[in-house]
Amino acid sequence: MSSLGVVTPASMHFGTPLSLQSGAVLRDYTLMYETYGRLNADRSNAVLVCHALNASHHAAGLHAGDDGQPLPRSQGWWDNMIGPGKPLDTDRFFVICINNPGSCFGSTGPMHTNPDTGRIYGADFPVATVEDWVHAQARVLDRLGIDTLAAVMGGSLGGMQAQAWALLYPQRVRHCLVIASAPNLSAQNIAFNEVARRAIVTDPDFHHGHFYEHGVVPRRGLRVARMIGHITYLSDDVMDEKFGRERVGREMGDTPAYSTQDIEFQVESYLRYQGDKFSDYFDANTYLLITRALDYFDPARSHGGDLTAAMAAAQARFLVVSFTTDWRFSPARSREIVKALLDNRRDVSYAEIDAPHGHDAFLLDDPRYHGVVRACFKRIAQEHQA
Amino acid sequence: MTDRDLHQVIAELVPVGAHVLDLGCGNGALLAYLRDHRGCTGYGIEIDDAKVLTCVERGVNVIQRNLEEGLSIFDDNSFDVVLQLDTLQHLRNTEAMLRETARVGRMGIVSFPNFAHWPHRLSVLRGRMPVSKSLPYQWYDTPNIRVATFADFEVLARRNGLRILSSFGTRTGSVVRRWPNLLASTAVFQFDRS
Repeated sequence: MSSLGVVTPASMHFGTPLSLQSGAVLRDYTLMYETYGRLNADRSNAVLVCHALNASHHAAGLHAGDDGQPLPRSQGWWDNMIGPGKPLDTDRFFVICINNPGSCFGSTGPMHTNPDTGRIYGADFPVATVEDWVHAQARVLDRLGIDTLAAVMGGSLGGMQAQAWALLYPQRVRHCLVIASAPNLSAQNIAFNEVARRAIVTDPDFHHGHFYEHGVVPRRGLRVARMIGHITYLSDDVMDEKFGRERVGREMGDTPAYSTQDIEFQVESYLRYQGDKFSDYFDANTYLLITRALDYFDPARSHGGDLTAAMAAAQARFLVVSFTTDWRFSPARSREIVKALLDNRRDVSYAEIDAPHGHDAFLLDDPRYHGVVRACFKRIAQEHQA
Repeated sequence: MTDRDLHQVIAELVPVGAHVLDLGCGNGALLAYLRDHRGCTGYGIEIDDAKVLTCVERGVNVIQRNLEEGLSIFDDNSFDVVLQLDTLQHLRNTEAMLRETARVGRMGIVSFPNFAHWPHRLSVLRGRMPVSKSLPYQWYDTPNIRVATFADFEVLARRNGLRILSSFGTRTGSVVRRWPNLLASTAVFQFDRS
């Protein structure tokens, strides 16, 4: 049960155009967001939480149905991290989570009408980068009257946004928590994204990204995209422990079905279920857009590939966390971030958590992981009381 | 000698405002002391989860890492001072780490239990491995896999082209400068590259 109880999302409309890195412009857009806790009188206790690929502004608490009662399984994606008495303690901090443009959870995205054409954006929704998102988030904070963040925090793609915040708005970020992230995607990582994108784009129901007009959803592509993603979020060991060679409806020693089409192994059933669930709620164009934002993130690019030179702009105190079994965003990648900060003599602490769960560990509640995040926020709270 | 006393003695060897790397920084107490009393900056390296957490709580920069993996994350001369206190005796690659210490720091300070302290000699004369306040382990459960004397370190330092700037021992709250190989329970060396 969530200790934050029922939370209500809010929306913010922007009539001022947002220029994107690509040169495209979002002329008119709306962003969804949620806040938890209270902003203090000197507005110094705000913490921005950035969401990753599959998530939304609903980071913590529960959503209510029409009857005002909490909906089952409506817990926010980082509910174990955020709330009263939790590592990011909402009794002390004012927490904000913003749904990025291009998403499919209420912020302006490819399923909305393009004001320039009167047609649903679909594939025409402009590619936004991590940096574009950060600029969009900064506008939300401006409106909320928050000049400086006590901290910005994110895992995976969220950790990339946290890094971008520290580089683009160094004066507005006091602490930066980068969890299970990387300074850019490796070729292997881009390759996984590309397989997922090809699965979607080659689905006959995709209609070049304008499937809304045809009243269909490229469900097959989304399913496969999610299955690939899911495999890479887990470690080999965890998958083995969870499923092993367990069979569906058969005992270990039983004869197989000798079928190429039917589900034989438990892991197949699990992946198909995850894929089905995902294709019910996630938008295909959003998946393409967000994986592209992941691919493009590379703060060192404008410094000739020199991450140390790129990180020179950062002023925040960093906490970088990685998980030993995370092979999608491996500890070695987090250590690159740490090294670039060390080279610049920036304040940085680095925790390498020996957890078995792979990339997914950043959403789970390993006590060593939560302990170090809790310690960091405790320190931040002490600092701004002093 | 309490930790706090030893911290003060070591801290006096660290120039005010120095950029410091503390190898095996434990709970970060010394780095916090150097920050608060001598205006130092820097980082600690620590492998233990609980100690890393305490460092974060203290606001001491800590990098969780196994020292046996070396210091390749740090460039040459990136620190004014590298501390290696009560750490060297736990490392398999003691000599390599000493060279690394001299590479990344302009000055190194090491401390370790002096195995030649006279009560230990007596113990060995009596035919038993020493167990004392400074070496509180039995031979079969000790984490001290490198057992050295004050005099031994001088030899190792010379072998690696290190110049000893100062050396002394400590014992129960006081600095020992006379016959430290015999009279000190802990050896302290301050050195640089000659």
